[in-house]
Amino acid sequence: VERLAFVVLTVLALTSAAIVVLPAVRNAVVCALALAFNLVAMAGFFLLLRAQFIALLQVIVYAGAILVLILFVIMLLNIKDERRLGRSGPVQRLLGPALAAACGGLLGWVVSAAAGERGFPAPSPEFGTVRALGVELFTRFFYPFEAISLLLVVAMIGAVLLAKRRL
Amino acid sequence: VSDLTFQLAATFGLILLVVNGLMGGVAVMTWIERRVCGVIQFRWGPNRVGPFGLLQPIADGIKFVMKEDVIPADAHKAVFVLAPALSLVPALCAFAVIPFGPTIEILGRRLDLVIVDLDGGILFALAATSLGVYGIVCAGWSSNSKYALMGGLRSSAQLISYELALALSVVGVLLVSGTLRPTEIVERQAGWFWNWNALGGGWQLLGFLIFVVAGYAETNRLPFDMPEAESELVAGYHTEYSSMKFSMFFMAEYVNMTTASAMAVTLFLGGYHLGFPLPLTGWPLWILQILAFVAKVGCFMFLFVWVRWTLPRFRYDQLMELGWKRLFPLALANLMLTAVAVACGWIEG
Repeated sequence: VERLAFVVLTVLALTSAAIVVLPAVRNAVVCALALAFNLVAMAGFFLLLRAQFIALLQVIVYAGAILVLILFVIMLLNIKDERRLGRSGPVQRLLGPALAAACGGLLGWVVSAAAGERGFPAPSPEFGTVRALGVELFTRFFYPFEAISLLLVVAMIGAVLLAKRRL
Repeated sequence: VSDLTFQLAATFGLILLVVNGLMGGVAVMTWIERRVCGVIQFRWGPNRVGPFGLLQPIADGIKFVMKEDVIPADAHKAVFVLAPALSLVPALCAFAVIPFGPTIEILGRRLDLVIVDLDGGILFALAATSLGVYGIVCAGWSSNSKYALMGGLRSSAQLISYELALALSVVGVLLVSGTLRPTEIVERQAGWFWNWNALGGGWQLLGFLIFVVAGYAETNRLPFDMPEAESELVAGYHTEYSSMKFSMFFMAEYVNMTTASAMAVTLFLGGYHLGFPLPLTGWPLWILQILAFVAKVGCFMFLFVWVRWTLPRFRYDQLMELGWKRLFPLALANLMLTAVAVACGWIEG
């Protein structure tokens, strides 16, 4: 069953990702919707990896909030046809795939290096539950977690200041 | 019967039961809505088809199927067709984690009356309802009509704004319960009704009120039905929809109302618990508890209808101000108070 789910999710994720970036699709709203499907499919992958909390957060935060805002902006600007922007230059066309490949390679290297010779240990039955994640966040990863929170607050204040010069 | 077949059969049975129950509920609600509206406005409402007009929903169903299904010439076809489904499916999904009855025994096996008993069940319900906005946005955009677009834009802004207050009011309950599993949250509220989270079980009365108000906004019901404000936007995001596609939006609205009511009942009002101990066990108690759940949800549904035909609509800027400047700080304050109370041990965590 898990293999079948994996295959279905992979097909879904790859097709939706292709729709997002393919040059044939010129409609920004369709691209954003495909991205939403892609994000939900990614949540499905997290579920297969037994990380249900992350999966649910993925749906709530990315698909449910951030992407809706992106859609909102696209619809508000009402971009009829993106062709007006003209085709991307040679720099983007060469650098884009190269950077993507580099990122993919780096990710593969990190994963294989972390797995090492023995592969990953099997997750405990507690793994991925809200309790387990909370305990990890507030013990082992306490300082990184707080640092990220601080960073987010700073970014938020900065965004508000930039957007609203006269308060 | 082997364990696996029992599990499969039970799950399919529960899904069938819930989906049909919800759809039947929608049909009944369309009748109740119009009859109650009639009573409130001193007129009859539908009373011709069948006794008391009870067969009116069936007549409406036939009418919806027979009507011409119009797709506007300049609409984006794929998105236009997809939108009603995008709005109905998440609404139905959210109900999967809500326990509508106690743990019963069938064929010598224990069975929880909930489709999936997820560890992060409450989050699942929030995630599913937060996806519902796509249906409305897609409908608004793909119709290629300015009224529909305005409705879609308003709704996406409204849903995102009120989701915050809604989620924060839920967090208070999670703090006092110490779990995100709906079945455990309900079990904590067993016994007398003062054990309910809205009352002495968690002192979440403020959270409960915030949840209800934000729930009205999340389901686009009056007094927050900006996305379909008739006087300014014709019918908002579903202006261009007809036939069964329109009726799917309609169903999604009622299913969302039911889910919001069921969540309020589960989180704040003791779920399927009766509110007083009874010297009963086994099937009589279980059936009473299921009926108690249905009755509590029914009360909320009636409240939805009552409010709709009583209160006028907010202006859009008033709606945003209420959401961000009143409800959101209130929900935050409620959360802080609850957190302090739980940390000091004033409320059993």
